Amino acid sequence: MIASTIPGPAPSPAPVPMRTRIPRQRLIGVAILSGVVAFAVLTPILWPADPARQSLRHALVAPGWSEPLGTDHLGRSMLARLSAALRLSLSLALLSVATAAVPGVVLGILAAWKGGLVDRSLSLLGDVFMALPGLLLVLMLAAIAPNAPWALYVGISLVLWIEYFRLTRATTRTLIASPAVQASRLLGMGPAYIVRRHLWPEIAPMILTVGAFGAAGAIMAIAALGFVSVGVRPPTPELGLMMVELLPYYEEAPFAILQPIVAIFLLVLGLNLVAGRDRI
Amino acid sequence: MGPVSRIPVSRILGYRLFQALLVAVTVGLLTFVMVRSLPGDMAYRIAAGRYGYDMVSSDAANAVRAELGLGGGGAAALALWFLDLFRLDFGESVISGRPVLEEIRHQLGHTVGLSVAAILLSVLLGPPLGIAAGLRPGGALDRGLLVAASMLRALPHFVVGLILIMLVSAGLGILPAAGHGGTENLVLPALTLALGLGAVSARVARDAMVQVAASPYYAFGRVKGLSEARVFLRHGLRNVSVPVVTYLGVQFVGLIEGVVVVESLFAWPGIGHALVHAIFSRDVPVIQGTALVMGMMFVLLNAAVDLACLWLDPRKQAS
Repeated sequence: MIASTIPGPAPSPAPVPMRTRIPRQRLIGVAILSGVVAFAVLTPILWPADPARQSLRHALVAPGWSEPLGTDHLGRSMLARLSAALRLSLSLALLSVATAAVPGVVLGILAAWKGGLVDRSLSLLGDVFMALPGLLLVLMLAAIAPNAPWALYVGISLVLWIEYFRLTRATTRTLIASPAVQASRLLGMGPAYIVRRHLWPEIAPMILTVGAFGAAGAIMAIAALGFVSVGVRPPTPELGLMMVELLPYYEEAPFAILQPIVAIFLLVLGLNLVAGRDRI
Repeated sequence: MGPVSRIPVSRILGYRLFQALLVAVTVGLLTFVMVRSLPGDMAYRIAAGRYGYDMVSSDAANAVRAELGLGGGGAAALALWFLDLFRLDFGESVISGRPVLEEIRHQLGHTVGLSVAAILLSVLLGPPLGIAAGLRPGGALDRGLLVAASMLRALPHFVVGLILIMLVSAGLGILPAAGHGGTENLVLPALTLALGLGAVSARVARDAMVQVAASPYYAFGRVKGLSEARVFLRHGLRNVSVPVVTYLGVQFVGLIEGVVVVESLFAWPGIGHALVHAIFSRDVPVIQGTALVMGMMFVLLNAAVDLACLWLDPRKQAS
């Protein structure tokens, strides 16, 4: 679900209080995420196995010494597949969030700073991408270029940049009118200085929150598309795809289908906790 | 609540109308690019879809090409494309050969039925629990609800649906896992969507209730000697419902996205199911029709939420 697009009148962002210590919720989130990332990255080093290698004689083997997480219906190593799927989801999500953040923040500052025609046309651009629910946009891009991960990446980035744009624009508008920025401008400080000293400290913590929610949304969207068979194609291991493939065998091998479910749960839970305050 | 902004009804409707136009243009452009960029010769593919792979010949492909007007140049084709779109002439499904509009009319009923059931169920589940939790912040219910809502929000719709199928249909064997027909088929898909919606609206209602219960007017109601129930009905309910209804608008994004996936999972014959199938088989007329209708549904729901908020919170109305 990419519910990062908030329609209707822009909600003014709640001021983020400066905290001296990191809240416990966020620490738990970081711990969960580190665990998942470590699993995804370390598995191919510690336990090298080909995620596509089939062995029909060893189908649906329960977890044991030879296969720590068991095998799937084609006898492929679940450990290798799960870690590969996590690497795919994590890297696609990170890439999309990073791609969305840069233009989102830059255009948001630009729109609030210049005002007038620039502001109106950029806001119109935002409205264009917000008119359709995000998943529909990604679905249609996936239809234009089937079997191409770049379509997922472009689609998700196109959905995610709006949230950055809206929040940055709203924050910058209030800040620019503030006495502090007025004073800086009167002193003859250039835009670079004002962005660095006045805008960035306010925008930076927001980027983390929006980014974590965005990454969670991206991961869920990738899995949802894989699940309805329009996203990543087999035999590439992907969390949603693994769930569809393993669903018919869940009675013989409940451990197998539970693995991608637990993986996506921990990933999204960790990201939601890192994001901190509720998106509400 | 911040400064009171006055928004006249005409402005709301104007913005949503504009949004509807954007939906049409976006869907039109995307599907146009889709048709133009389809790899391979589309005529052959469609012919295969219609007559079966064994019956495809260049004659059949040429017949399809002539019938669907697959030749022709860029700009003129785009103009024709939009002309057809705004006349709501989506053409016929290239797979089934039936008019898209007729198929959509059939599917829309199913989707609307599912969505309405999901929204009603979520309103019964979420806000009452949230309000109960918000009346005693920090209590057992509040903490339990926080954990439950956080866990539900970490699970995509289709995973919730999968878990429900495994637990209820296969485990207990009481409800059908998929299909369409009686009420028993509606329960699981509606519950799947409602759990996702309810998790958010419970949190919104809880936070709003905490805020309202701590407000001076609420305290004054109590000081006046009103009973707990009365002060809640008179001063609490309406103030809590404003953010809950506002958030319903935000959640509709999730609802529309959820419908696409949940219908596919439960084989519910609605628009989302049709859209996914059409994308799988590159049935562009159906993609165009279903995406357009879903986008319009989204705009319409949002307009309804805007108007409901205006009615609930008269401070926003223009005098």
